This record gives sequence, structure tokens and C-alpha cells, in this order.
Amino acid sequence: MAITLSNERDELRLRDKKPLYSEAEARAEAERCLYCSDAPCIKACPTEIDIPTFIKQIASENVRGSAKTIFDQNILGHSCARVCPVEVLCVGSCVYTAWGREPIPIGRLQRYATETTVKGIEKGAAPLHTPKAKTGKKVALIGAGPASLACAAELTLEGHTAVIFEKRGVAGGLNTTGIAPYKLHSQDAVAEVEWVQKLGVEIRLNSEITKDTATKLLADYDAVYIGVGLGADSKLNVPGEEGQGVVGATEWIEQMKLVPGTAKTLGDVIVVGGGNTAIDVARECALLGAKSVTMVYRRSTEEMSGYKHELEGARKEGVRFLTNTQPVGVVRDEKGALKALKVAHATAGVPVAGTETEVPCELVTLAIGQSKLREIASFFDGVEIDRRGCVVADPKTGATGNAKVFAGGDCINGGKEVVNAVADGRNTARFLTAAWTAASTSSASK
Amino acid sequence: MADLSIDFCGIKSPNPFWLASAPPANSGDQVMRAFDAGWGGAVWKTLGDPIVNVSSRFGGIDYANQRMMGFNNIELITDRPLDVNFKEIYEVKKRYPMHAVIASLMTETKKDWEVLIRRAEDAGADGLELNFGCPHGMCERGMGSSVGQEPKLLAEITSWAKEFAKTPVLVKLTPNTGDIVEAGMAAIAGGGDGIALINTIKSIVGLDLDRLVPLPRVGNASTNGGYCGPAVKPIALHLLSALAREPNMIPISGIGGIANWRDAAEFIALGSTSVQVCTAVMHYGFRIVRDMIDGLSNYLDQQGMKSVNELRGRAIGAYKEWGELDLGYQVIAKIDKDKCIGCQLCVTACQDGAHQCIFAGSEDRQRPPQAHYPGLAKAPSPLPLGKIAGARVPWVDEPECVGCNLCALVCPVPNCITMEEVPSGRPHETWNDRTDQGRTRQPGGIHD
Ligand SMILES: Cc1cc2nc3c(=O)[nH]c(=O)nc-3n(C[C@H](O)[C@H](O)[C@H](O)COP(=O)(O)OP(=O)(O)OC[C@H]3O[C@@H](n4cnc5c(N)ncnc54)[C@H](O)[C@@H]3O)c2cc1C
Ligand SMILES: Cc1cc2nc3c(=O)[nH]c(=O)nc-3n(C[C@H](O)[C@H](O)[C@H](O)COP(=O)(O)O)c2cc1C
Ligand code: SF4
Repeated sequence: MAITLSNERDELRLRDKKPLYSEAEARAEAERCLYCSDAPCIKACPTEIDIPTFIKQIASENVRGSAKTIFDQNILGHSCARVCPVEVLCVGSCVYTAWGREPIPIGRLQRYATETTVKGIEKGAAPLHTPKAKTGKKVALIGAGPASLACAAELTLEGHTAVIFEKRGVAGGLNTTGIAPYKLHSQDAVAEVEWVQKLGVEIRLNSEITKDTATKLLADYDAVYIGVGLGADSKLNVPGEEGQGVVGATEWIEQMKLVPGTAKTLGDVIVVGGGNTAIDVARECALLGAKSVTMVYRRSTEEMSGYKHELEGARKEGVRFLTNTQPVGVVRDEKGALKALKVAHATAGVPVAGTETEVPCELVTLAIGQSKLREIASFFDGVEIDRRGCVVADPKTGATGNAKVFAGGDCINGGKEVVNAVADGRNTARFLTAAWTAASTSSASK
Repeated sequence: MADLSIDFCGIKSPNPFWLASAPPANSGDQVMRAFDAGWGGAVWKTLGDPIVNVSSRFGGIDYANQRMMGFNNIELITDRPLDVNFKEIYEVKKRYPMHAVIASLMTETKKDWEVLIRRAEDAGADGLELNFGCPHGMCERGMGSSVGQEPKLLAEITSWAKEFAKTPVLVKLTPNTGDIVEAGMAAIAGGGDGIALINTIKSIVGLDLDRLVPLPRVGNASTNGGYCGPAVKPIALHLLSALAREPNMIPISGIGGIANWRDAAEFIALGSTSVQVCTAVMHYGFRIVRDMIDGLSNYLDQQGMKSVNELRGRAIGAYKEWGELDLGYQVIAKIDKDKCIGCQLCVTACQDGAHQCIFAGSEDRQRPPQAHYPGLAKAPSPLPLGKIAGARVPWVDEPECVGCNLCALVCPVPNCITMEEVPSGRPHETWNDRTDQGRTRQPGGIHD
């Protein structure tokens, strides 16, 4: 059964940090674009959207054409516009940035073009895309995250049949369950999924692929795409960890986004970790009104892997940092309720004996990485796992050790961004289309 | 998607977008890259006896943050040997048989025209464009605009060309003339199959104030150039529509300041069959054609037009002489309080440059002595509070608004100030109606 999204979800208390531009705002910003040649922003985009062209199209009031330019390269151009860390991608490379002037807000312009156009289509404008005639080729995709969605959409437009199998009761992958609400709310991620479905992609929810079903997919389809993302949050492996009050970060975010009431009252919160997921949780808790939010990280702030602009944002929102600090235990009362996190000073990430203190708290979220879904490889002959636990696949085509099996997104790169997953999915679809077209033209010419 | 293909007096082109005869169409390499980018045709850089160019050659007018709103050049026709040019035209046509390649030509004697035309057609050109427009360098030598400004000469040379040509002959006109219709009629009289306009406008683009030498500076001096780019579009549109209104007009290729699909659509609606572009390509490259194609076809789809040919000339009839305009029509300015950003540029513009009827603040204001209705301009109550501008949103003293548009034009926010039609209480009549009825006298004239 598909999950219905309630209006009482806690994530709805967090407003867009970068709301939809009005037409006037969009035009004013679009006019500023220099329309660079061999533009660095295009190179900085993993899906290589023709950014200056789509911006120029906003300026010429061809917003529909602008959306088409975006979707031609990135069918999830709407969610990417909202979730991409543009500061380190396109916007970071804008020539204005190096010049010391305000760069073009590419993400917000991309949101304007895609959102306005899709809304227009919902209101009756002609659709932007018409899928090509059916080729008879069928692809099964595992997981309904950005990688599979992009792959399936592109395949469908090329006339192939794409069926996505998703274990959860909701599609979209982390776009729906993981993205910070002030960037993208679940209902908008789901709306984008529905838009992809309207192109002709079929999604089967509550359909976890296991070893048995995997074998059947191989038999029934011309190709199988693995887009399963990452697994559960990693644990600290310290005494007292099991029990109330200590949760994995992605699990907590998913609840906060989808299940009403999970983050209604937040007391003192500790976030363990120094990556982007850790910063996301910390900022979310701070904005949701936690009494205090403390990030505990075993090395220095400089060594945190999270983006500097996100870290700055967290600081401004009142998040505190306990760096060079390692959790060594969880303190609970006699009933098992969480009381504090026991931490020790750490040098070079290693706790120093005798420096333990207790930090009182009501919630500990663990953002120290996610496990890898290693078992997926074992479902298919020839598909391998590397040392990190990632599925081994050619980054350009998604090809694995099994000629019928392809993979992309977080499960091959260990966890990057939505836009990388989209690029992977799209590239596999293009590769398959080219291969099948070549095969059919060569057989036709024989 | 709407059909963009055109037939320009027998010259077929997949879309109406052509490179104008200028640096972007200087060589086979460029023209082929342009066709790959999507251009439907190209008018080759004017061919004739190769000339020598100076350095530097171009000047620009910047306006606020926009570079090259106007563009000026003192370049002449091709400086490359004719046989090289013709070989390249041949190559281009061989590789791009469906695209339009038109040879722009300029020379002096009838004999030379014959040679040029024969060689251009032998190379495979789909048509010829006679450059009677260049207003600098060549005209002093008796060519270019010096021909375009002499209707008799223009007609005569056109008839020479027609005598030799097997392909359609377009006559490219100069805007540096008193009456464009006279020039257009001369082109038709000479047998021309089509007209292209405008070429550049005689200009001095500016001065180097340290050296006190005009621009673009060539050592210690400069000369007048030809002006083009976005700034000349209104002039081109006017000349185009003047010609397009003439009965039995031949096909027109519109040129002058076209930079995007909207500009192109305007030219087409005023009667152009194809449009030509120079400055915008020099500024941003061949790639701009992508949005031109896409934007025009989206626009046609939205308008329910199946082909670009349905758009052609659709606005010609809506041009009227001033005396035919409706004196009973009335618009007044409306300010969208939530779009307003509070700059109050409209207040200053109306107070100092128009009719003193936009105000800010909560107090009623005394109308100036020149007002139409004496008394107070009543401030709205409650004062409109804008989402962005708060109490800085200005208000319009509506009875005094003449509907001149100035405030809407200076407002930096699109669609914030709109001009709304209102009943005027005046009859729907024109000045010509009044003239017919002998009612043209307004009080306060010379004889009062
Ligand atoms: C907290 C958090 C915040 C993030 N914020 C951002 C951000 O702001 N911007 C950004 O660009 N990126 C962000 N990312 C990263 C981004 O979400 C991922 O890179 C992207 O979603 C990867 O897409 P995917 O399709 O590979 O996997 P996922 O999005 O993880 O989707 C995989 C899907 O597969 C399903 N699945 C798994 N196993 C099976 C199975 N056996 N059978 C059927 N279905 C299965 C899962 O239920 C899931 O729906 C964030 C990640 C996290 C964890
Ligand atoms: C540098 C330059 C060189 C030009 N050379 C020619 C030419 O050789 N022959 C010609 O007919 N017009 C020539 N033109 C005029 C253009 O073809 C065109 O008519 C004019 O620039 C107006 O169009 P635009 O506003 O798109 O630039 C030239 C214009 C420029 C800017
Ligand atoms: S544009 Fe090219 S030819 Fe012209 S001055 Fe610059 S470098 Fe030289």
C-alpha cells in the first residue's frame, strides 16, 4: 500500500530556505547571466545541463524551452535544482564567484523554469515529452531512488518499457525520505515521482527484491538496473547504545519527514558525526526548536567532511560543536531511559583514557555513515562488491560483471549526491538505447 | 511542433533564421558550424574585389550592465580572394544541400556584375543579395549605400543583375535614405525578387576623450561607421513595416537588432519571410539560434499556428496612421502593491517627466496648477501596504493619469505597473473623423 503523506508531518514546520522565484526575480537574475562560452557551470554539473542556454531562455521568456533544456539532460532537474549543493557545483564555478561578485543563483533559476513549466502542464499546457514508439525492450529497476527514476524515465522516453520495484511504501528514495525539508519536502519529491510516472514509468511499491525475485527479473527482462542506494545507519558499538533515545540519523530523518509527531518536542540533542548527514540532522533539530543541539565529532572542525557552507549555516542556527571528542558509552537510568552520552577527548580520532565526561541529552542521532547493501551483488552471477562494499560498475555506463545487469547511484559510489545518481541512471539508459539501436539497425541491414 | 520552414521566393530554408552578410558568414568553416548549430541559411560576407581592412574596426555602446546594446563597424567587404570564397560556398552547399546559401555581392561595372553573378551561381549559391547598403568605406567608392540612396541607379543595377541571374535576386537596402518606399519600389522596378533590410546606419559610436579622437580609433583618427545591434531594432521594424504595407510587395528578409525569438517573431509579424542576424551572433555565437528555434515554435504552438507562414504579416494591418487612432481609448496606470519593491522611480518619472499624478505617502496632495482637475489628489485609505515595499508603495491619482506608459516603462519589476483600459467617457472617433467634420480646433491656439 502506498503511504499517504499527512499534513501533520513535522517536516512541514520547516519552510523553504530558497523559495520559488517570482517571474520578476527570475528575469532579473537571468538577465545577469553572462552566457559564458564553454561555460564552467556546465562542466561542474554532473549531468552537464546547458545552463547558460536555459538561463537565456528564461530571459527571453521561453520558460517552457528552458525547462526542456534542463530535462533533456536531467529528467529530475526539479529536485536537483532544490537539493544540489550548488555552492560546490555550478554556482561555485560561476565566473562571477572568482571575480568576487554575487554568482548567478543557478539552482533557483532551474527551480523556476522546471516548477513553472510542470505546473503549467498540470494546468493543461501540452506535455513536454512524448515517448518514442515501443521498442519491445524491457528493463527492471531495483529501488525507486533518483538513479532508477532517471534511468527509467530516459528509457521510457526512448520507447523501452521500464518497471521499478521499490521495497518501501513510498517512492523517490532519499529524495522523499532523506533530504532536509528546507530544501525539498516529501510531497514535492513524490510529486516529481508522479510526474515521472506520467511519462510512462511503472512503479511497484512494497516490492523488495530478494534472491528469488532477482532471478525471475533476469529471466523476464532484457536488463536489470540496481539502484538500491545505501543500507542502515552505522552503529557506534559502545555500551548502552541499544535502546530508547539513540537512533540512526537517516532513520530519524525519515520518521521526521514522514511520520507525524516524531519530532514534536526536542530537548537536548546530540548528533554524532561530521559529514553532511550529521550537519543536516543538527540543522533540522535546531530549526525544529530543540533546546540545544551539539555535534560530537572525533576530529577537528577543519577535518569534518561536511560542506563549509552547511557548517556555517549550522553555526548560525545555534548548533554547538564538540570536536576532538569520541563517544565511548551511553548512560541510561535504571528504567533504561537515555540520560547522557559519555564522551572522551580524542587525539587523531582516538579516545584518550581518563578524559571521559558525560553530556546530558534526550536524543542521540548517529550520523557516522551508512552500511552497504552488500547482499544485492550475490543475487546476480558475476556482479561484484569492492573493498568498500560498493557494487562494482563502470562509472560511465553502469555495466557490471553480468552483461544484463547495470548499477548506479549511491550503491556504486558509496554515497554522493542526487545529481550523481541521476547522471548514472541516465548514462545507463543512453548506453542501453545506443546498444539496442545499433543491434536492431545491424540486424535490419543483414 | 510548428513548421518553421520557409520558401523565400524559391529559396528554401528549414527555418527563417539566416546569418546576415557580415563576419559570422565570412568563411565556409563558420557557415558550416552555424548550420550545425541550427541556422537555416546564411548570406555570405559580401563578395567583390577583395579589400584591405584597418585595425581596429568595431565600437560598442554599453547601457548599464548590458554590453553592446549598439554596435558600430568600419569594416569593408570580404578581404579574402574570390576563388577561395567560391570554393567554400561550393563545399558548404555540397554538405548542406537543404540549407540556404545566398551570396552577397558588390561591384561596379556591368561586366563585373556579370562575372560575379556567374561565379556565385556556379559555386552553387541558392540566391544573390545585392549589397546596396554599406554606409562606410565602400560608398565613397561609388558602391554600397551610394547606390541604395539613388533609386535610379539602384533600379538599373538590379536590372543588370536580373539580366544575368538564374537564381532569385534580393536587394539589400540602406536605412540611410529619406524614403525607404522609394528605394523598395526601385528594387521592384529593377526586377528584384526580394528585399533585405536594414543594413547599418551611418554613425560615430563615441569618442576617446583623452585623445579627442572618434571611435573605433585607427591610430590618430577614425571615420564614420555603420550602426547595428539591439539599438537599431525599432528603426528596422519601422522601415520593414513601411515596405510591408505596400501592395504587391515582394518577400522581405528582415534585419536589424534581432537577438532572440521574440525579436524574430516581431519582424515576421510585420512582414518578414526570413530574418537575418549579425550583432547577436558576434556577441554570443551561433548557439543563440537554439532558443530562437525553440522559442518561436513554442510561441506558434501557443498561438495555435501550425506554421511560421501563418504569423507572417499578421501585425501589418494593426499599423495605422496617427490620424486613424481612436481618441476615445483610455488606459491608466495600476500598481500591483505586492510586486512593488518601493524604488519610487515611477513617482519621479511621473512628477518630473509626465503628468504629476503618482504620489507616495498617506497624505492627500495638492494637484499642481497645470492639472486637468483642480483640487486635491486623494490618497487611498487605507494606504496600500505591499508585501515587499510596505508603505513605500506609490499610488496613482487616477483622474489625472493620461495613460502615457512612462511609469510602467521605468518600473524595474516586470508586470508591476500595468496599463489598464478604462471607460473614458469620450466618443470613439479619430482625428481624421474630426477633420472630416471640421472639428479639429482645440482651445488656446495661435488664433485664440
Ligand atoms: C540525510 C541525507 C541527506 C542528503 N541530502 C542531500 C542533498 O541535500 N542533496 C543531494 O544532492 N544529495 C543528498 N543526499 C544524497 C542523496 O540523497 C543520494 O545520493 C541519492 O538519493 C542516491 O540515489 P539512489 O537512487 O542511488 O539511492 P536512494 O535514494 O537511496 O534510493 C534507493 C531506493 O532503493 C530502495 N531499495 C533498497 N533495496 C531495495 C530492494 N532490495 N528492493 C527494492 N527496493 C530497494 C530503497 O528503499 C530506496 O527507495 C543526502 C543523503 C542523506 C542520507
Ligand atoms: C562588422 C560588420 C560587418 C558587416 N559587413 C557587411 C557586409 O559585408 N555586407 C552586408 O551586406 N552587410 C554587412 N553588415 C551589416 C549586417 O549584415 C546587418 O545588416 C546589420 O549588422 C544589422 O543587423 P544586426 O543588428 O543583427 O547586426 C556588417 C555588419 C557588421 C557589424
Ligand atoms: S576578437 Fe579575436 S580578432 Fe578580434 S581583437 Fe579579439 S582576439 Fe583579435
